[in-house]
Amino acid sequence: MKNFRYIDDTAILQLNVEACIGCGNCVTVCPHRIFELQDKKAKIIDYNACMECGACSTNCPVDAIYVNPDDGCGCAAYIINSWLSKIRGKQFNVCSC
Amino acid sequence: MYCVGNPAAESPVLVTANYKLSFDSLRKELSDIDAWILVADTRGINVWCAAGKGTFSAEETSYQVLKTRLAEIVSHRELILPQFAATGVASHKLNKKCGFKGIFGPLRAADIKKFLSKGRKADETMRSVTFTLGERLVLVPVEISLIWKPFFLVTLAIFILSGINPDIYSFGAAWTRGLAAAGSTVLAILAGAMLTPLLLPWIPGRQFWLKGLQIGALAGLASLPFFSDGNNFTASISLLLWITATASFMAMNFTGATPFTSLSGVEKEMRHGLPVQIAGVFMALVLWIAAPFIG
Repeated sequence: MKNFRYIDDTAILQLNVEACIGCGNCVTVCPHRIFELQDKKAKIIDYNACMECGACSTNCPVDAIYVNPDDGCGCAAYIINSWLSKIRGKQFNVCSC
Repeated sequence: MYCVGNPAAESPVLVTANYKLSFDSLRKELSDIDAWILVADTRGINVWCAAGKGTFSAEETSYQVLKTRLAEIVSHRELILPQFAATGVASHKLNKKCGFKGIFGPLRAADIKKFLSKGRKADETMRSVTFTLGERLVLVPVEISLIWKPFFLVTLAIFILSGINPDIYSFGAAWTRGLAAAGSTVLAILAGAMLTPLLLPWIPGRQFWLKGLQIGALAGLASLPFFSDGNNFTASISLLLWITATASFMAMNFTGATPFTSLSGVEKEMRHGLPVQIAGVFMALVLWIAAPFIG
């Protein structure tokens, strides 16, 4: 995926190295291969490739990884609806995809 | 729970979603080996989207394991999950919930056989997502099929507006100008929802609304001799703005179908793109209505 890069410095992804136990689950599951184990700790080696899919944080047994928790797909229709519902203060689940 | 070939107690168990294409492609790839397929009920949604929305989870997978009494069917305690399910399935929770250990197979069903024959090991290529021309091409009809309804409503509104002229209203003008505008809309959709996705890696910039803007503007310029009334400069500018803004929006909406755009990034680009698109459409509308009066 090195030929597809999205906007830099926007993804919400935090790794708590202190809490990491080095199980390597994040290294396995990331579809963009952005983690690596170094000295028995996970390390983010390509932060800007993160698409916030959340696979790493779901599979971290010690909750050492935080990813943007919004589980909507990134389509414009979904985001417009979420903005509108924030303005109106209502819940919504409208997404055609 | 399904069988492929003649699975025995020690045959591997592969988990997938009840999305027809996921299931069919898995079954096809497994054609000459013996395995069990455990299907999570994701309500017809594919593996990655269902995992993203939480319907394909450790809970659902465990529920299926217990419901099908998998422990009585197989002698081992291992589930092979698609790597794309990792967004929703916490593998470390499976053991406690159903007594089976979850391991993640490759991203693509096509690599399953290799994964099984190499002792449950996936190399970097098998674990890396791709977005090839072919993978982008299959998404185009989906994108286009989702916009028929708004397209129909917008086109109807444009036909009605197109008849406004110095003689109050002209049905002839509604038809001829409406056709030009409808043709421009089709072109904008093709530029934003087909050309932009297909040419994606080669269009300069990273934000999709800007990629769509460029392709839309080029398509609009190329179409001027066909759709615009050569004598009416205002109408030509209106169509150009309309095609550019609509293509930009369609391209921006395509972010939802790609495997590399983060939601934070999409929100960021929408805060830039949406105001420009709305302004473009508004100006196009004003100019379109004004064109018969000022030429």
